[in-house]
Amino acid sequence: MWELLKIELFKIFRKPRTFISFGAIAAIILIIQLGLKFDGKSYLELMMGDISDSFEIPYDMVLNGYFIAFVILNAILIHVPLLVALVAGDSIAGEANMGTLRLVMTKPVSRTKLMLVKYFASVIYTVLLLTWMAILALLASILFFGTNDVIIARNDVMEQIQKADILWRYIAAFGFAAVALSTVAALAFLLSVFAENSIGPIVATMSIVIVLTILSELKIPMYDNTVKPYLFTSHMLGWKGFFYSKTGADGTVISGSIENFPAILRSLGILLGYIFVFVTTAIWVFRKKDILS
Amino acid sequence: MSAIIQVSGLTKHFKEAKAVDDLSFSVNEGDIYGFLGQNGAGKSTTIRMLLTLIQPSSGHISMLGMDLRTHRRQILQQVGTIIERPDLYKYLSAYENISLFASMSGIKIPKTRLMEQLELVDLADRAHSKVKTFSQGMKQRLGIAIALVHNPRLIILDEPTNGLDPQGIADIRNLILDLSKNHQKTIMVSSHLLSEIEIIANRMLIIDRGKKIMEGNVQDLFDSSKMIVELQTVDPTKALEAIMETKWKNFFQRQNHDKIIFEMNKTSIPELNKDLVQKGVQVLQIQQRYSLEDYFLSLTTPQQYVGTFEN
Repeated sequence: MWELLKIELFKIFRKPRTFISFGAIAAIILIIQLGLKFDGKSYLELMMGDISDSFEIPYDMVLNGYFIAFVILNAILIHVPLLVALVAGDSIAGEANMGTLRLVMTKPVSRTKLMLVKYFASVIYTVLLLTWMAILALLASILFFGTNDVIIARNDVMEQIQKADILWRYIAAFGFAAVALSTVAALAFLLSVFAENSIGPIVATMSIVIVLTILSELKIPMYDNTVKPYLFTSHMLGWKGFFYSKTGADGTVISGSIENFPAILRSLGILLGYIFVFVTTAIWVFRKKDILS
Repeated sequence: MSAIIQVSGLTKHFKEAKAVDDLSFSVNEGDIYGFLGQNGAGKSTTIRMLLTLIQPSSGHISMLGMDLRTHRRQILQQVGTIIERPDLYKYLSAYENISLFASMSGIKIPKTRLMEQLELVDLADRAHSKVKTFSQGMKQRLGIAIALVHNPRLIILDEPTNGLDPQGIADIRNLILDLSKNHQKTIMVSSHLLSEIEIIANRMLIIDRGKKIMEGNVQDLFDSSKMIVELQTVDPTKALEAIMETKWKNFFQRQNHDKIIFEMNKTSIPELNKDLVQKGVQVLQIQQRYSLEDYFLSLTTPQQYVGTFEN
């Protein structure tokens, strides 16, 4: 199994298109960092709205590496599923299209093992992509902007998280995002089994994610308890929960606290459930599939 | 001689269509087994069932003495294959491709063997070039190196000469003969180029619309069937007179311009030639027309064959 996984990773990382995602993420993060370096004050004024009229905002303090990383994650994490689908959607369909799938399947390799290995390889790619994002968004921002407390705007309320209380939240948020993106990878992987070129599953994955995200964001009460709780897209932004803390009687954030940890766990469970369903369905279909390409 | 492949009652439905219909055959150890059929006859479907790419609707396949359903892994470790064209990872080099597929073969293969295989197919000097820069013939040769790298007992080749130039076809033919003669491999090969099968195979199977038409020894099939023999001489009238005076009049069919046509067994050709020369007939050419291709066509498309014959 380890040998097969090494082969899959070798194939993924020898493909030039794999690095498009890494390049795209580096480019967008750099653009955001440059923008905030030179015009961060305007961004903060926009973000704070009326509050900036009532209080004097210490812009230099607010514009620190941790805060910039939060802004970056908010801006780009929602678009990363496309980059994940590029690889996961290609895993079976791309090989079918190239014709290599049939040669692979004439080797003494079990179909179930091959599928598991291909999915694990997609997950490893996803984790590496997130690690790359973490290095650029967090470490590079800390290097360029330094560290300080983080101001989180939520429901017209500003919460200040102490800088000593922030790093673990990022680690937890990246971990959660890895599971959320692995769910998208599992969906693209499942769709990949049905196709013979990778464009189909990539476009289909993105279409499903977009439609379900819109549905998750719709403010129609009828869907709130009937549909939304069961959509995986409703839980994909659960990583933000790690930045929402409990507050004390004086309104200050309680260090090390999470406002609604059970909700995060529930979201995590739902995402893992989706992964299980998508991957087992993909394996079941592939085991019965005739390789005609 | 033990059967390396034993197929019985193999059937495959694609929805309503029956691609392979109750097919039974056996390939013996050491055979070069030709697998003939027109496009859509079910050859590729059959081969894909042997390689577990397609699941049979019914029937039984045993290979290398084991049941394919229960011993897939053990069987495929001893099988090398090319299915139609060798589709490889174009963004990887020849060496990376062979190394990658060797790792999947379930057998520990030393790195030196990888280069040996590339040398065997004359690709050692391009080992580190990307496959996307290769010609079709080079890809085919790399496909063969991959098929052989784990030293399989059985080699299954589906249309291995597809898209190759005459030199490429000759190279594949020689390689197949060499593998059989000098390396004692059992080879099953399907091809549209029936003349190729005629040259290399010792046994063959003809299928049409998924059904077995004929299976047997290639030599027996030739000997058991009458051939069309065309005779060309300097003076056809004199030749015809000589023929009518001998036993060869029994085999005479007709005269077609300057050609005299017989229906006879090909083993009689030398004797016919000798008798005509003794009677002073100057023979320009004696040509057998009843090749395997004609025979194959006569079995699979009788009307077309009759038309060709009458023309």
